[in-house]
Amino acid sequence: MIFEDEPVPGYPLPILPGHTSPGRFERVLRAGQFAVTSELAPPDSADPDEVYQRARIFDGYVDAINATDGSGANCHMSSLAVCALLTRVGYAPVMQISCRDKNRIAIQGDILGAAAMGVCNILCLTGDGVQAGDHPQALPVFDLDSMSLLETARTLRDEHHFLSGRKITHAPRVLLGAAENPFARPVQWRATRLAKKVAAGAQFIQTQYCYDVPMLRNFMQQVEDLGLLDQVFILVGTGPLKSAKAADWIRTHVPGVHIPDAVIERLRGATDQALEGRRLCTELVQEIRTIRGVHGVHLMAYRQEETVAEIIERSGVLGGRVPWHPGRDAANSNRIAS
Amino acid sequence: MYAVRQWSVRHARGLNAFYRAFENLLVALDPILRAIGYERLERPVAAVERTVKGFLFDCRMCGQCILSSTGMSCPMNCPKNLRNGPCGGVRANGNCEVRPEMKCVWREAVAGSARIPGGAQTIRDVQAAVDRRLQGHSSWLRVVRERTEATRP
Repeated sequence: MIFEDEPVPGYPLPILPGHTSPGRFERVLRAGQFAVTSELAPPDSADPDEVYQRARIFDGYVDAINATDGSGANCHMSSLAVCALLTRVGYAPVMQISCRDKNRIAIQGDILGAAAMGVCNILCLTGDGVQAGDHPQALPVFDLDSMSLLETARTLRDEHHFLSGRKITHAPRVLLGAAENPFARPVQWRATRLAKKVAAGAQFIQTQYCYDVPMLRNFMQQVEDLGLLDQVFILVGTGPLKSAKAADWIRTHVPGVHIPDAVIERLRGATDQALEGRRLCTELVQEIRTIRGVHGVHLMAYRQEETVAEIIERSGVLGGRVPWHPGRDAANSNRIAS
Repeated sequence: MYAVRQWSVRHARGLNAFYRAFENLLVALDPILRAIGYERLERPVAAVERTVKGFLFDCRMCGQCILSSTGMSCPMNCPKNLRNGPCGGVRANGNCEVRPEMKCVWREAVAGSARIPGGAQTIRDVQAAVDRRLQGHSSWLRVVRERTEATRP
């Protein structure tokens, strides 16, 4: 997708009427395209090249790259720094903010700083508990929760002041997102929680891993019944499973991930389990695409990020569209950019 | 105590009704409370509140009680202090991600709020960020003062 009013890739776009950010990701969503996002695992390193290498792997297949914020409560390069590096070369990052490590003073400062560095998308998360990660001795902060974090960011953007009431001179122009897990208990309350998030300011949602389409359909039906479909862009999360053993480990050890037995059986029965995992993921992406109210997929392929391109390519969900990446318009002149 | 806390959620309806009556009683007593002085009452009342609510709800004395919006399940018992609903980490058996032996506080809240008249609606209110300065202070006295000051000319 080429935006004619994009003078220099990576520079802020003019904010169109009805848009809240100068970012490409919002343009893609509001244009009604089926969006693809993925997740960059921040390096355990101070080398910027490692960030660029990890981003490049998605070139041509994703509209935005999530930069995780100490995911799983493990320490890595900060999401703010990863985003700042990514925007330098024009990528559209989604900065994840978790409430676990920072209080409202630090978080508001980071939101202003991120917007100043060209970050246009922010995902507001509660965050995993410290017990899950490599520093279980740490103080869990949780000064805000994901809902009050959304409200905080919206206050900065729309009311031009800090939570304290003190004025800011230039508001952060950002698209606000939140997470939802349609597969965790209490299941019947998940759509209501999504409604609360929308009320608190969420404009897009990225969900937890989906391996259970009937459950997702049920959730989306409830979201529709609450009248939310035209109020929020929903991107459904999923990802390739490497093997039956890995899938079984994930569902028992990673909080909130639901993988039905049938999925594990299918992987176990395959001769090449990793290939079967990618096939399964491709089918999931295709199936997810057909559900009303779903605006995209969020592929999480931890430690197998190279599979994202193949899965998206095979699924055909981009329909020939080549999302922007550094050098796209020079390198891909043979592919049709729409 | 955990067992008492669970009992309180099961009896959310009765407790909520009692709570409302108690709040109205305190509001009626406002002239007396004011004569004694709210500042002077703060410490003893907070001590009583801590004991009673500590017993019934494992209250953490956040000082801005929202029990009637959370089905009498205290959200400050959530290890992440979530006041707006459960996180995405709730286990398949419905227990807490951080404390696997404990039922998710918000599963209890959803169940409890269904027992309170209007509870299904108030649980949907978006709760603002906690004012950490109120930690340890009496929520009862604060509510009474807010209510009486709102009506006072």
